[in-house]
Amino acid sequence: MSAHTNNNHAHGSHRGYLTGFILSVILTAIPFGLVMSGGLDSRILTVAIVVGCAIIQVLVHMVYFLHMNSHAEEGWTLLSTLFTVVIVMIMIAGSLWVMFHLNTNMMPQMNHDIPLESLP
Amino acid sequence: MSMGTQPTTYWETEPHHHEDGASTGIGFWVYLMSDCLMFAVLFATFGVLHGSYAAGPGPKDLFDLELVAINTAMLLFSSITYGFAVLAMSQDRKAATLRWLGVTLFFGLSFLAIELYEFHHLIHLGAGPQRSAFLSAFFTLVGTHGLHVAFGCIWLVTLMVQVARYGLIAANQRRLMCLSLFWHFLDVIWIGVFTIVYLLGMI
Repeated sequence: MSAHTNNNHAHGSHRGYLTGFILSVILTAIPFGLVMSGGLDSRILTVAIVVGCAIIQVLVHMVYFLHMNSHAEEGWTLLSTLFTVVIVMIMIAGSLWVMFHLNTNMMPQMNHDIPLESLP
Repeated sequence: MSMGTQPTTYWETEPHHHEDGASTGIGFWVYLMSDCLMFAVLFATFGVLHGSYAAGPGPKDLFDLELVAINTAMLLFSSITYGFAVLAMSQDRKAATLRWLGVTLFFGLSFLAIELYEFHHLIHLGAGPQRSAFLSAFFTLVGTHGLHVAFGCIWLVTLMVQVARYGLIAANQRRLMCLSLFWHFLDVIWIGVFTIVYLLGMI
């Protein structure tokens, strides 16, 4: 019996799906509208809003469509997700960081900026 | 410790009996997380190479945001129609489940058609994957996502045949729930794609 109620919970509800859908539409429309209309004067602010909407929308999808919560599969779903998020962050941030420094330090054009006399 | 007559430790010789498919949920979730890691590598690659145009065209010359917005809508619609299919399934309504799965398939195929049109258009412009590192990374990331959607569609057709033939039996319900996770997961990946590849590229 408890397995049955558990199942129903995992399937979500009509209202849950509609809530998720409406939030997703709003969170998709905001960044698309912003970028398609040319963006704000401040580029940084535009990027921040677009990325912020994406992060919120991912969370909305996880809660309303993937039905994630802290007690599904005795918490293992959440734990494996958190582990994945940590690895993903390390991988993406690490790659960008390393490659950015590699680019700035090894670009051949960089030699143009340095006066020849200063080279050993 | 009594030796000989009565052993004090018992080793189980038979495997635990689990309910059929009891571990499918967590197992499939772990698969999705590993898939997520693969996409993370592709996103990292794109992030590193996104400015390497090799004097070729960049995002602003190539991308059509209206097309991407339509594509995003297709995937979002398919997500909610799959949700309705799952709800119909939990109420044991076979015909309604099949109907919603059919609608989901329609949106999934529309997404693929629009994406193939976009790829064809880009290659026609001479902006194929071999043009620059940026375009190689773009086609790999977006193409891998499209490939996942294509396999999701094949899986969807397979399950529609299964449900039509054998009904909403426990095994089919379990399979539909796995595909539900897969389908919604692809939608989450698409959020990353349209944000990082298309929107940030166009700002």
